Amino acid sequence: MAQDLGYLKETASQTAGPYVHIGLTPNFCGIGGVYEADLGASMVNDRTLGQRITVTGRVIDGAGMPLKDALVEIWQADAAGLYNSPSERRGAADPNFAGWGRSPTGADDGMFTFETVKPGRVPFHDGRLMAPHISFWIVARGINIGLHTRMYFPDEAAANAADPLLARIEHRHRAETLVAAGRTPNYVFDIHLQGEKETVFLDI
Amino acid sequence: MSGDQSGGENDRPETGAFFARDRAWHPPAFAPGYKSSVLRSPQKALLSLDGTLSEITGPVFGHSMLGELDNDLIHNFAKPGESAIGERIIVHGRVLDERGRPVQDALVEFWQANAGGRYRHRKESYLAALDPNFGGCGRAITNGDGHYCFRTVKPGAYPWPNGVNDWRPAHIHFSIFGHGFAQRLITQMYFEGDPMIWKCPIVGAIPDRRAIEQLIAALDWGNTVPMDARAYKFDIVLRGRRSTFFENRPEGN
Ligand SMILES: [Fe+2]
Repeated sequence: MAQDLGYLKETASQTAGPYVHIGLTPNFCGIGGVYEADLGASMVNDRTLGQRITVTGRVIDGAGMPLKDALVEIWQADAAGLYNSPSERRGAADPNFAGWGRSPTGADDGMFTFETVKPGRVPFHDGRLMAPHISFWIVARGINIGLHTRMYFPDEAAANAADPLLARIEHRHRAETLVAAGRTPNYVFDIHLQGEKETVFLDI
Repeated sequence: MSGDQSGGENDRPETGAFFARDRAWHPPAFAPGYKSSVLRSPQKALLSLDGTLSEITGPVFGHSMLGELDNDLIHNFAKPGESAIGERIIVHGRVLDERGRPVQDALVEFWQANAGGRYRHRKESYLAALDPNFGGCGRAITNGDGHYCFRTVKPGAYPWPNGVNDWRPAHIHFSIFGHGFAQRLITQMYFEGDPMIWKCPIVGAIPDRRAIEQLIAALDWGNTVPMDARAYKFDIVLRGRRSTFFENRPEGN
């Protein structure tokens, strides 16, 4: 026997269920008057620094159908590569950019949409710069634990080729699942839950 | 960030990576008893990686964004002078991390069916009645102690299309946002003493009975308000993070 470390266990995840929009984007699903606006619906204002981009996409199931009851959140650095977070110790991020967004997937087409800015580069553990990327988190009915992944940019081939996370993907062709389609300023990032094009999800 | 909290260890921003997730404790992505997971579960191995700045950082939600009724589901959708129908309850607890430290300024959002088990949603088809005074969503931000609380009505159980005769036990959905994007968690709270918990395929996807018991809020008699509302206590644990005893930063920060 040794001393008890006294650690607690993380609360187990449970699916967000079919009505996650009630809780996290109530205005979107017709529950008005409780909150002024849905949290994370707007990421930029007219003083936000950096190049405006739009990221749209769908979350697609194993039968090729886009999910219409999913919720997607993103987290990213500002245009200078700084996170607007107390844990960011390298400098102060753009005060007009929180870096966090939330979007339901649409009831008609299953599209999520983020109007944001292109993130700058952020260092990896060893100081090498990672390629510009946006972190994604996806929850929905049928997803028992939220899925983490990243979106990289198609017009950053050189930076992507040197990115330490992309380099860790054993099956090289799967790295492409993390690179958006489209080009400046409109990017399309489809997330495939299963199948040939299954997105690389992260345990991170 | 609420700058008026007492200074202390918990206020100092932390920069360590999060503990690896114990994936055997959580429900697996593919849980065929819960049919919706069959086509929505990734089938390839996850890419495991120690958290980078992109995962250990996260936004701050200020207490100023909250409205007065945000944590009062009995009134936040009700007409003036009216209130939601159902058993009045208070749900409260603390958000801690795996090291047992309170997580201050965590955003806690919750949603639920009404007392009859009916959600306010266009796709909801259960025949139980809507309550015109119940919307079903609320939110709170934890204080310096990691504490949150809200008032609501006890949600009803409801049937759902999965097996021929599957019912969800009474539950409240929770979304918790701690300090890092990698701590993001969605879960469900159940009620002490409900025999239906043990019949539910969504609950049953959790492999370890102790992990299920951790999702069951206890009736908290001490905090029950006489002649008003019973209390349930529900503590939530988010991933802990490594202490940065020895910082090793080649980039010279
Ligand atoms: Fe539910």
